[in-house]
Amino acid sequence: MITRRLFPSTLLAGSVAVALASTVLAANAQATELTVYTAVESDDLQKYAERFNAAHPDIEINWVRDSTGVITARLLAEKDNPQADVIWGLAATSLLVLEDEGMLERYAPAGVENLDPKFVDAAYRDGEDPAWVGMDAWVAAICYNTIEGERQGVPMPTSWEDLTKPEFEGHVIMPNPNSSGTGYLDVASWLQLWGEEQGWDYMDRLHDNIARYTHSGSAPCSLAATGETVVGVSFAFRGARLKSQGAPIEVVFPEEGLGWDMEASAMVAGTDKQEAAQTLLDWSISREANELYNEGYAVVAYPGVAQPIDNYPVDITERMIDADFKWAAVNRERVLAEWQRRYDGKTEQ
Amino acid sequence: MMAKTFTMSATKPSLESLIRLLALLAGVALLVVGLLFPLVAMLVKSLQDRAGDFIGLANFVQYFQTPALVNSIVNSLRVALMTTVVVVGLAFVCAYGITRTCMPGKRLFRMLAILPILAPSLLPAISLVYLFGNQGFLRDVLAGHSIYGPIGIVMGMSFWIFPHALMLLTTALTNSDARLYEAAEALGTPKWRTFLTITLPGVRYGLISCLFVVFTLAITDFGVPKIIGGQFSVLATDVYRQVVGQQNFQMGAVVSVILLLPAVLSFIVDRWIQRRQVAQLSARAVPWQPTPSPLRDWVFTLLCYAVAGAIVLVIGTAMYASLVQFWPYNLSITFVHYTFQGMADGGWGAWFNSLKLAFSVAVVGTLVIFFNAWLIEKSEGYRPLRQGLHFMAMLPMAVPGMVLGLAYIFFFNQAGNPFNWLYGTLMILVLNTLIHFYTVCHLTSVTALKQLDPEFEAVGASLKVPFWTTFCRVTLPVSLPAVLDISVYLFVNAMTTVSAVVFLYNSDTRLASVAVLHLDEAGYFASAAAMAVLIFLTSLVVKLLHTALTHVLLNNAQRWRMA
Repeated sequence: MITRRLFPSTLLAGSVAVALASTVLAANAQATELTVYTAVESDDLQKYAERFNAAHPDIEINWVRDSTGVITARLLAEKDNPQADVIWGLAATSLLVLEDEGMLERYAPAGVENLDPKFVDAAYRDGEDPAWVGMDAWVAAICYNTIEGERQGVPMPTSWEDLTKPEFEGHVIMPNPNSSGTGYLDVASWLQLWGEEQGWDYMDRLHDNIARYTHSGSAPCSLAATGETVVGVSFAFRGARLKSQGAPIEVVFPEEGLGWDMEASAMVAGTDKQEAAQTLLDWSISREANELYNEGYAVVAYPGVAQPIDNYPVDITERMIDADFKWAAVNRERVLAEWQRRYDGKTEQ
Repeated sequence: MMAKTFTMSATKPSLESLIRLLALLAGVALLVVGLLFPLVAMLVKSLQDRAGDFIGLANFVQYFQTPALVNSIVNSLRVALMTTVVVVGLAFVCAYGITRTCMPGKRLFRMLAILPILAPSLLPAISLVYLFGNQGFLRDVLAGHSIYGPIGIVMGMSFWIFPHALMLLTTALTNSDARLYEAAEALGTPKWRTFLTITLPGVRYGLISCLFVVFTLAITDFGVPKIIGGQFSVLATDVYRQVVGQQNFQMGAVVSVILLLPAVLSFIVDRWIQRRQVAQLSARAVPWQPTPSPLRDWVFTLLCYAVAGAIVLVIGTAMYASLVQFWPYNLSITFVHYTFQGMADGGWGAWFNSLKLAFSVAVVGTLVIFFNAWLIEKSEGYRPLRQGLHFMAMLPMAVPGMVLGLAYIFFFNQAGNPFNWLYGTLMILVLNTLIHFYTVCHLTSVTALKQLDPEFEAVGASLKVPFWTTFCRVTLPVSLPAVLDISVYLFVNAMTTVSAVVFLYNSDTRLASVAVLHLDEAGYFASAAAMAVLIFLTSLVVKLLHTALTHVLLNNAQRWRMA
């Protein structure tokens, strides 16, 4: 008897909890809602939405945030039935892939002419509306743990070439280009910097010193920050952020030149919220937005906005290589297959 | 006699039998839409090129011509076999200690041994780095070997798979016939011989079944190798690299299909064994009760508590990791990592979403799965339908989470799919999680239902009570302990699962388990540990509530079981 009474009440309690939960979530559905896919570092996302809403409180941003690879894979998998309205903050090399698939809606945001032409889809120079517009530069860098370096007798590197020296053997970690956008950025920039033959030769020598390849681009720097490794090949943003959190690391900008990719924005073709999407894109290239990007990134698309920021060199723009994103996108499959053939077949003992 | 009369009356076409048919069809439809169609979509993908044109087995040919990819098959088999040996070995010793000795503190040990199930698989991976990484307390134990690779994978997987094996082997070892042991003793058979000729053969089916379950769990796991595997690639991480790193869905589908093979194979072997397993315990069997034997009891206490100690150490390390300011350079204790600054819109929101998902899956899943199992077990007629439903209920065990998640995008997000609207909602997460963990719940339901006398249904029918009334008034209340077990199992797994949902969550359905992954990727190791601990504590509270509730129920409402 007791059970008979007990059971429905347990069930009821459960469904009430679920029902309550759904009402709470449905309550704030007033403004136009935009589904925005992004790979912007999760620690900054809230700030981006707040600043945008200060100017446009009538548009609500629903973020879907994941790493560059996962977001790109999701966008491609959803191609027949896109879920996103806008992409705000994804690698230009990924956007080139999406453009190739016809997934981006060409649109020239108000004020696009103010941006550094390097940061705008090349089609714009030929008189077309750009498929994507840039935000900031994502620069390769090395994270070096000073405490572990001293303890284990590993000097601070100053160049990419240094990493192939014998004293670095087993102390270097880098992202696997087959799973990380940062990893591919490194590989593509070495190949562009030195040409294919020398580039692969460099990676052959580097491979002998690599302790392991990680899945994510932040990981090598995070691992250097906690002393798991001495040297992590990563990107400047994460290095600078970890250093300001108190990690005993130096962010090294190798002297041969810095590979980079760009974070960029675009409208997804077929969105039924064109107007709101345009408003967001307009704002995303405004001076105000670029000042926001400058809080984390030293190089931004709007000329004259960038203020030097902590842990970045002042002359960083001059040290960035003349990156060819089109080349990187077109050759991606071939380069990754070659990388896999050379370094992935070898198992760890 | 009564059952037979019932059979005849039930096969007469009636409204009730029509409703029964509809219910069965609904059960079949759920698994066809939630499992079969997505898997077919995945298979089709593996036979297409990037443009979507059919190219036969060309992708597979390319796969087997790429040494880096083929290598992963060997790697996967290697770590899965090593894990199986370690886990089944330890679990057998511990299960033997629980069932066949008089070791003290059995109840405490069982509680501690179950803890790993409550934690996401990232928790052991994070702890192992703190313990055995380059800065770890126990680094020297590995004698220069790296934790990032096969050693770490085997350790991490052993941690979370151990409770599964322990439960299976404890059940297998509980059933014993004291008469055989008495006979052996009377004949003066040495202990080791008794073990080899009575104990082992008695549990052989349970043991083999356990071997395959552990092997399947190990080969399909994604969380542990992703975090601690280094560049040691296994099939599950290859799916991730193909899809996420290279956006090569076709090759991802090929690896998924290959990953399905060992899992399906072990599933078939398991089914075959189950079928051969006839009741070994006759009604005359007398349960064997261990008698105290100080030396044996202390040896097993020591062994069992060594294992429990390792489990507590791993969980304790994760808790410590979540509280340290900046490990290993600033060891002051702080709660700041529980504010989840590394998360855009607050980690606690993700935690709340997970809670919502877990509750929904627990309530909906338990009812659906138990009701379907009841339809299969306690219905007359529609035999092909019932068998088909049973077969599909057994399949999810063999499908890795990552494969299921990907298959869901391919299927549910096709333009023109009538279920399109599900995509991006909480409901698709509920459906996905329900299907992902269907098999174990189904088996638990079937076991519980088999214990019930079929005459309940017969009496119900002869009293002209419709079957759903019998189900709600008799079957469900009587099976309440099993039903609660299922709901807790679903709740805990919905809290901890990552691999399937990483492709399916949406802006307002971000989950705590995915947050652990994101925090770890962004280098917020302490916050990742904090979120993993939060998930663990949530599951622990629910598990404790469940234990208390079951205790009350067994004492008050289930007295008949004692009789």
